[in-house]
Amino acid sequence: MAETHSLQDMRQQAAVAAKVFIQRDYTNGTVCQFQTKFPSELETRIEKQQFEETVRTLNNLYAEAEKLGSQSYIEGCLACLTAYTVFLCMETHYEKVLKKIAKYIQEQNDKIYAPRGLLLTDPIERGLRVIEVTIFEDRSLTR
Amino acid sequence: MHLGVSESMRECEYSQISTRSSTPMETPYKKKTSKKRKWEIFPGRNKFYCGGRIMMAKQTGVFYLTLVLILVTCGLFFTFDCPFLALQLTPVIPVIGGVLFLFVLGTLLRTSFSDPGVLPRATPDEAADLERQIDVANGSTGYRPPPRTKEVVINGQTVKLKYCFTCKIFRPPRASHCSLCDNCVDRFDHHCPWVGNCVGKRNYRFFYMFILSLSFLTIFIFAFVITHIILRSHRNGFLNALKDSPASVLEVVVCFFSVWSIVGLSGFHTYLISSNQTTNEDIKGSWSSKRGKDNYNPYSHGNIFTNCCAALCGPLPPSLIDRRGFVQSDTPQLAPPTNGITMYGATQSQQSHMFSMESKPICDQDQCIQSTKFVLQAAATPLLQQQSSEPVILTASPENGGTLPGRSALTLGGPCTSLPLGQPTPPTSTPSLSCHEATDMLPIHGHSHTHNHSHPLQEPVAHHHFLTPEEVPSPPGMLHCGSPMGHSHTMQAGFYNLASQDSLHEDSVRGLVKLSSV
Repeated sequence: MAETHSLQDMRQQAAVAAKVFIQRDYTNGTVCQFQTKFPSELETRIEKQQFEETVRTLNNLYAEAEKLGSQSYIEGCLACLTAYTVFLCMETHYEKVLKKIAKYIQEQNDKIYAPRGLLLTDPIERGLRVIEVTIFEDRSLTR
Repeated sequence: MHLGVSESMRECEYSQISTRSSTPMETPYKKKTSKKRKWEIFPGRNKFYCGGRIMMAKQTGVFYLTLVLILVTCGLFFTFDCPFLALQLTPVIPVIGGVLFLFVLGTLLRTSFSDPGVLPRATPDEAADLERQIDVANGSTGYRPPPRTKEVVINGQTVKLKYCFTCKIFRPPRASHCSLCDNCVDRFDHHCPWVGNCVGKRNYRFFYMFILSLSFLTIFIFAFVITHIILRSHRNGFLNALKDSPASVLEVVVCFFSVWSIVGLSGFHTYLISSNQTTNEDIKGSWSSKRGKDNYNPYSHGNIFTNCCAALCGPLPPSLIDRRGFVQSDTPQLAPPTNGITMYGATQSQQSHMFSMESKPICDQDQCIQSTKFVLQAAATPLLQQQSSEPVILTASPENGGTLPGRSALTLGGPCTSLPLGQPTPPTSTPSLSCHEATDMLPIHGHSHTHNHSHPLQEPVAHHHFLTPEEVPSPPGMLHCGSPMGHSHTMQAGFYNLASQDSLHEDSVRGLVKLSSV
């Protein structure tokens, strides 16, 4: 794929100029949400709207993972009754959504962030503490 | 220029960061340099078994006691009391007993062996970023700043988030640092020695199930052993009954003493679950109305039923620490420091490498030998010809206390000793400022630091890489000591200049000399 190839090229050749960390937003409790405030370091690199859209989608996905609804209750009760052995065969709802999130971030990186010299790191790799945005030096290599 | 840098990186077997970064669900492909799994370099005080699948606290003696008590009591019950009861009353009794016993055992093992919700420590980049923000907020006052807190408003209540100096993060609400396990745990309830693990977000429901089922089991055994003795004494008299089944006496005694504590504990935790509090919060009275009229629990869902369902049947978050993943050797990221203090270049491998040094005192003999060799070489070249106030050579320094086999630590202790004098950074700064922290270690400074064991060991690797990255076929480190010094630019310039290894060598040695002359 042209996009990933160019991303790898960029990785090989570009140096990291800075890293921006989007912290968690705890105003709604302990649910996993990230602050949608647009960091100033990204002003020159990406449109505010685009970035906020990405963070908002991520927040929605995490909310979906932790949602307390009938589906999660059924899953919880079933798990308890089978002494949690059911998870040897199937994934929890949370894990399924995390996979979805990983795919979404990958896709966003390929389409939107890599061409602008940015890279989003999946928050799960940072313990769901931050969204790490790596800013590569502007070398105009790929464009 | 950068192309040249990356090529030399490749020669040293540094691997590229893949865009398809690993998640806990996927196992990353094995790297050539290190085949270590992440649990092997885990910084907390935990024990791991079965290749990282089982995670427990360090002190597990009491857990084995719990296990023995349960197994022995149930064993005696099934062997001595059940046959009589099955015949005299109904065979359903041993069946129910068996089911309860298996449930208790299952939940106990699940509580003890699972990850309670440990929050991974901050990567050096994150820590540096936080430090920078805090310094900006504080105005860089004083050597040791006051305890750092951040206030957030959650559902109308003001909650203070504390900064964890060990994990270098602002703890999320309800998280707490367990001093026994040396980890920050999300929704920390308490550290339970009986299960040999912390009780936190991920294993609270198992813990609750365990104590609840154990109360039922204890009451069940107690009731039926008494029934057994009474039935026997109807026939043969009380004393004869006791003689016929002596095991029953032991069971009664054990159950009698257990019932009060375990049933009491179950009741207490039922209350906690229904009000959605943790033991920690209840003990501190964080949400009690005694603190103020407007004090209420912002995490409660409003009604008891929802609170219970959320705690027991809610979604189970996955482990954040990825025990079974492989340690990745990332490409070292080089970046010009934005100021003298912070540095954005650190990589996860560096962090993991530092932690690996913590766990194994002599983890890489080769590395120690290499770094010693290099320092010998460096010392043998232009440096000796130059006037330097502090010889960067290999004299046995009494300060270092012989923490390392190689003398490299001593050498590095030399130039770095002078560093903090010029730098007002607090001692709790990030691991990337390893030189600084190492000096905290040396008795001359008289600081005591929790990471005592790590830094003299971090040092040689860090410094080593700073000096000649190409010569070292070992896991990549970072330009550690490069950053805190004003001379960083000289060294960085030297680093980037790949006209020849000799000139780099010379540059770094010159840099060392500059350091020593500070």
